[in-house]
Amino acid sequence: MALNQFLILSAFLFCTGVYGVLARRNGVLVLMSVELMLNAVNINLVAFSAFVRDVGGQIFALFVITIAAAEVGVGLAIVLLIYRNLDSPDLDRVDQLKG
Amino acid sequence: MIAQNIAFWIIAVVMAAAAVRVVTSRNLVHAALFLITVLIGASAQFIILLAEFVGVTQFFLYVGAVAVLFLFGIIVTRAPMQPADYDNDQRWPALAVSLLLLGVLVALLIDAFGHQEIELSDDLLAIGRSDAVGNSLFRTFVVPFEVVSMLLLAALIGAVAIARRD
Repeated sequence: MALNQFLILSAFLFCTGVYGVLARRNGVLVLMSVELMLNAVNINLVAFSAFVRDVGGQIFALFVITIAAAEVGVGLAIVLLIYRNLDSPDLDRVDQLKG
Repeated sequence: MIAQNIAFWIIAVVMAAAAVRVVTSRNLVHAALFLITVLIGASAQFIILLAEFVGVTQFFLYVGAVAVLFLFGIIVTRAPMQPADYDNDQRWPALAVSLLLLGVLVALLIDAFGHQEIELSDDLLAIGRSDAVGNSLFRTFVVPFEVVSMLLLAALIGAVAIARRD
């Protein structure tokens, strides 16, 4: 199989995630887009692990999965706090530091 | 090799379509379910790449834990069940940025790895099995492993401390 087909799938998922982070207003949806980007990185890591025939890439993918789980936990706690303080999960309304 | 290629393209098209729906869906629960589709697809791609352990871990951790966390997040922020507009006013600049990034990445990837092939064979299967992954994790990467366990503990305590109602 071509290495590139995995890499281009991963690039597409990453760019979709970038669009979601930039264009979404709801905090939960922004976190979902971040999750898409992390997954794209995982596909890259595992594809290169198969390409160079070394288990290191898979170990890194496991670490990324773990960190992503921690990130979702803390991220959702932050979104919950925003919701509690502003009565809405909209990230555009978090502008109290704006001059 | 043909069978793996057909499986790859079917799963890849499903993943791409679901990913686009995650960032364009006007219903939060639908977006979460499309995200689960993408995560299951990634797990299937890992199995195609003969990385069994990572594939199964991805399935259990993401589809089992992260997806449920997202659904809980949707519940506690009391999202409306009917479709609503969740986009801000920078949709077109965001689309331009992501398309530009995609173009640059694809051009670079084709230029750099255009003729490289992944050979799916038995020695690759031996690399991805859980005994090989476990050996590497607990011998070569044991210090990062312990650091990650501390980080998970810190994230757990931090999430509780942030979300607690005083």
